Amino acid sequence: MPVPILKQGHYLVASIQDALSDGEVLELQENLLKQIGEFRARGIIVDVAAMDVIDSFASRSLRTVALTTRLRGAEMVIVGIQPDVAFAMVRFGLYMDDINTALDLEEGLEFLDRWIAERADTDEG
Amino acid sequence: MQHDEVTLMQAPRTDGDDSCLPELVSHLRDNRTRLREEWVQRITDAQLLGAMSEEEIFSEVTSVFDKYVDTLETGSVESLQEYAEDLSERIIPRGVETHEVLGIVLLLRDVLARSLFQKYQENFELLNRVLDAYEPAANRIAVIVGVSFVHERERVIGQQQATIRELSTPVLQVRERLLALPIIGELDSQRAAQLTEQLLNAVRRNRARVVVIDITGVPSVDKNVANHLVQTVRACRLMGAAVLVTGLSSDIARTLVTLGVDLSMMDTVGDLQGGIEEAERLLGYEVRKAQAASPEDKG
Repeated sequence: MPVPILKQGHYLVASIQDALSDGEVLELQENLLKQIGEFRARGIIVDVAAMDVIDSFASRSLRTVALTTRLRGAEMVIVGIQPDVAFAMVRFGLYMDDINTALDLEEGLEFLDRWIAERADTDEG
Repeated sequence: MQHDEVTLMQAPRTDGDDSCLPELVSHLRDNRTRLREEWVQRITDAQLLGAMSEEEIFSEVTSVFDKYVDTLETGSVESLQEYAEDLSERIIPRGVETHEVLGIVLLLRDVLARSLFQKYQENFELLNRVLDAYEPAANRIAVIVGVSFVHERERVIGQQQATIRELSTPVLQVRERLLALPIIGELDSQRAAQLTEQLLNAVRRNRARVVVIDITGVPSVDKNVANHLVQTVRACRLMGAAVLVTGLSSDIARTLVTLGVDLSMMDTVGDLQGGIEEAERLLGYEVRKAQAASPEDKG
């Protein structure tokens, strides 16, 4: 089952419901990148709260989407990484130092709102 | 005395070591008072059990002596073991050391062995047989008492370690979305892992956005501990919480630089106060003195 991507104002919300196969990860990556252009989205939120495991492939793919998104003038934030998943990731050396993360969907939305506001400020200045 | 003579006469006729035990036991029972006093004298001379008064030593000695003889007689070690554990529990908090306990049990063995030498000095063959019966039992008793003591000590130490572990990693909420984690004491990998787990769960539970980790109470930091800290910071960040590390002493800071630990992704602030202030700024709090604010309110 492909990951549903919902449009919410200027944002796209992809809520992963289950463990993903490598193929599904690639499909999600492709759909997200396509839809940024289509909807002229300003931000992407990927909710991984339901994922028990985030392996090196998944984290690298998410990172690729985030960096690509940034090149297209939008920002991505990953939300809902569980405590034990976070600990396992750093243990395996899967860092996302240059990627935005937030606690949950609500925090993610707030982060993007703030990001857009800050950008508007600098544009004016 | 006559009774002794009779058994002495009878003893050579019986075979096997165990047959000497009843005789041995009755000898020890008959001379209970004298042997106990001798034992206490030896303990005092050796300056063991300095933490206990003479009366206490005498009453414990009496119990141990009786259990000792019972064990020799029945061959069942349970009641002695139980008593040894109970005794250890009482004397460990008073600072009695392992060498004292072992010393005392070995002294008793010596006292009893000497009394046997004295009694059977006329009959070397019989003495040998009595010792054959006595020595393995006595050694076994010494081992049981020593091991019980060490077990009890280990149990106490384990309990204390668990208490310290529980106590030393409180995750405190300072303000809404702001957690403080004051780390006190030496960090090892087990404790660091437990600490990280507690912190990450607290981040989710309290929906924290900023965490201040204060390591003023950590006496030394090595490469492993530094890497654990970096991992903790990264894991918190994955959950969307920023981390400020405070209280790095100049010694620790120098060590980290010398070790070449990459701390470029760690935000550090001098002390806990500075860390909390910086965290408040990040969260958009503005702290003012009530006095300074009141004139404006009136006006």
